[in-house]
Amino acid sequence: MLFPPKPSPAAPPRVVVTGAGMVTALGLGWKLNAEGFRAGRRAFRPVTHFDVSRQRVKIAAEVDLPEIFPATKLPAHKLNRLDRAGKMLLLAALEAWQQAGWEPREDYPLVLGTTAGGMTLGEAYYRQAIQTPHHQHGQATRSIQYQAQVQARAVFDALGCSGPTTIISNACASGGNAIGHAFDLIRSGQAERVLAGGYDAVGELVFSGFDSLQALSPTVCRPFDAKRDGLALGEGAAVLTLETLDSARRRGAEILGEVIGYGTAIDPHHLTQPQPQGNTTLNVMRQACAVAKISPAEVDYINAHGTGTVLNDASEALAISEWAGAGAATLAVSSTKASIGHLLGGAGAVEAVVSLMTLREQWLPPEVEFETPDPACQFPIVQKPQDAKVNVVLSNSFGFGGVNAALIFRRWP
Amino acid sequence: MSKVFVAGIGAVSPAGWNVAALRTALEKNEPLPVQTLPRPGWEKPLNVRLVPNPATRLEFLAHPRLRRSSPITHYAAAASLEALAGLRAKPDGKNPRLGVIACLQSGCVQYSCRFYDETLKNPATASPLVFPETVHAAPTSHVAALLENVALAQTLVGDPSIFLQGVALGAQWLAENRVDACLIFGADETNWIIADAFAHLDRRAIATAGAGAVCLSRDEKFSIGVELAAITDAHVFSARQNRTQAAQAMRAQLGTISGGEVLCDGLGVSPRADAAEQWAFADCANPRVSPKKIFGEGMMAAAAWQCVAACDAVAEKKSSSASISLVGSNQQAIGARFVRAEFGLSAAVPAGNIRP
Repeated sequence: MLFPPKPSPAAPPRVVVTGAGMVTALGLGWKLNAEGFRAGRRAFRPVTHFDVSRQRVKIAAEVDLPEIFPATKLPAHKLNRLDRAGKMLLLAALEAWQQAGWEPREDYPLVLGTTAGGMTLGEAYYRQAIQTPHHQHGQATRSIQYQAQVQARAVFDALGCSGPTTIISNACASGGNAIGHAFDLIRSGQAERVLAGGYDAVGELVFSGFDSLQALSPTVCRPFDAKRDGLALGEGAAVLTLETLDSARRRGAEILGEVIGYGTAIDPHHLTQPQPQGNTTLNVMRQACAVAKISPAEVDYINAHGTGTVLNDASEALAISEWAGAGAATLAVSSTKASIGHLLGGAGAVEAVVSLMTLREQWLPPEVEFETPDPACQFPIVQKPQDAKVNVVLSNSFGFGGVNAALIFRRWP
Repeated sequence: MSKVFVAGIGAVSPAGWNVAALRTALEKNEPLPVQTLPRPGWEKPLNVRLVPNPATRLEFLAHPRLRRSSPITHYAAAASLEALAGLRAKPDGKNPRLGVIACLQSGCVQYSCRFYDETLKNPATASPLVFPETVHAAPTSHVAALLENVALAQTLVGDPSIFLQGVALGAQWLAENRVDACLIFGADETNWIIADAFAHLDRRAIATAGAGAVCLSRDEKFSIGVELAAITDAHVFSARQNRTQAAQAMRAQLGTISGGEVLCDGLGVSPRADAAEQWAFADCANPRVSPKKIFGEGMMAAAAWQCVAACDAVAEKKSSSASISLVGSNQQAIGARFVRAEFGLSAAVPAGNIRP
């Protein structure tokens, strides 16, 4: 029963990650992405999926999907109905699933974050309804397939399992919140294993939206740089398999890292602008540390939300500086949005996998185009590829509407 | 798990801007009149049921955050304020740490269509004021700003069954002492494209709009005399369990519906869409309340109306308990039961406390 739920355990179980899959413009899968992030490679190119000739900005970090999809239990006709976002989600889920080695079951909760789901299908529906209103072929299918829960169900069908689905749409915090919610489900004893992730594709409406706000960089996306002038959009997906430590040990599973902290809160300051002092960001970073039972000094690296917009980075920089205190001077920070753009609902999940990469492989992802630090940054930005001793990583995610999320991961020995 | 009480309910529907209007329409048990919306490129318009303009200007629209907001936000805000009115009227209920859980299916379609239309015509002149209002999180954010003391907020999307998932999440936040009260609202708005989509899927369905809200509290002194008794598991539709089987599994878990208990169901006017739920409750001769038969296909708002109607039936002492059946369109089936509150009894299971 969802209510009353199972009693919470006396001591929350430890939560570990045993599978992680990702798709970004750097490539498909952990290996290609790790190589790209480690080198600080940038994956932007002129937009090809829709007309940007009348837009102010014309680049994004687009994903090249494989021509032939790996075989799954999803019938071909259902695969063909998925849009780009759904296909990226499916690829990420497959990688995580195979890595985790979970057996098909009927009770895996799936928690996903997305801002748009299958919005590109919604756009196609609208165009057809306006431009050729009496041509109705495909409209019924589009009206169903654009819904995120239908894409989630495709993931289950492909993996041959099922379970309750929760789709969180807290704008660009969605992916971080999805992993945090999965963490909460396991810690409260409501689930032993949870699939969690985030995804979004670059679509015309969203691209035009950020361009209309003049939030897109007409030059180069440089988070925390004093000369930053906006964000760059990207697309992709990431899925993680989270389970209790006991479950992972019982199975003899390889552990990629431990989730130890999560904080979330809402900043009511403005629909699109953060509170300038970063109060809510500070709050969620402190919450996450309290759950993890660690001090800021124990965090080695922050994968910042770092969009590259003037307001976001200033607010986040103040929050990080205040949170870290004297330790800020040696706290490594970077934003991987400099490499793959802002993945919106997918950002928090992809950045969670990047955090796991840094813990597993002991390097820090640089921002190679970074030049001059914003005065609010009391911390060093990682600018060059470098190996490093990394035991604890914090990842921030914030969204339109004001929801903030912070996740903390620890290296698994 | 400590007891969870209902501290207030709110509703906006084609019947009007409060629970009383919803109740009156449901008691009358006659479908509301339909209006029409022009469908681009077609001579024949689309049938819809629209929310009427409020009798007087809504005071909350003076709030700076709500001036440019879309109708879905107006519905959500009005239902939320109504649901919180009782709690806020109590001396020690003015400033609780609030949780807000928003449940949407289609979300902010009016501004999304408007902005995309502007983009197709000329992206250089697409309005930057409209775009932020297209995101699912916008109504949640506006409501949180309006209510001021919101500690935690989440926006969930899915088929209408997730409204009860939202209620369960709210109860969990209360149990973990993350909030003192939790507001769960379900809202959707309509326009020609939503009505057009329904025309493709089910010609009998009439698209409608609105919101419903339920405020939960663990403090019995805030209760309107209603207690959350049960929410079933989410019985998902999958390759192994079709919609009919999922509805039956939900029905089985909901258990016996006692004599006189009101069943607030999700039946509308479509035999095909209703078949799974009809079958699952074929043996149930209890009094029924079916908001979709009166108002139309309100998506998440309709699910919220079912919940509000159930709570209202118990609060108004029309029944000592009321059940809800939510067989979603393409995700899962969930049921719930609300009962008349029994005050002063000790909690059956201690509340969890996993957060510091």
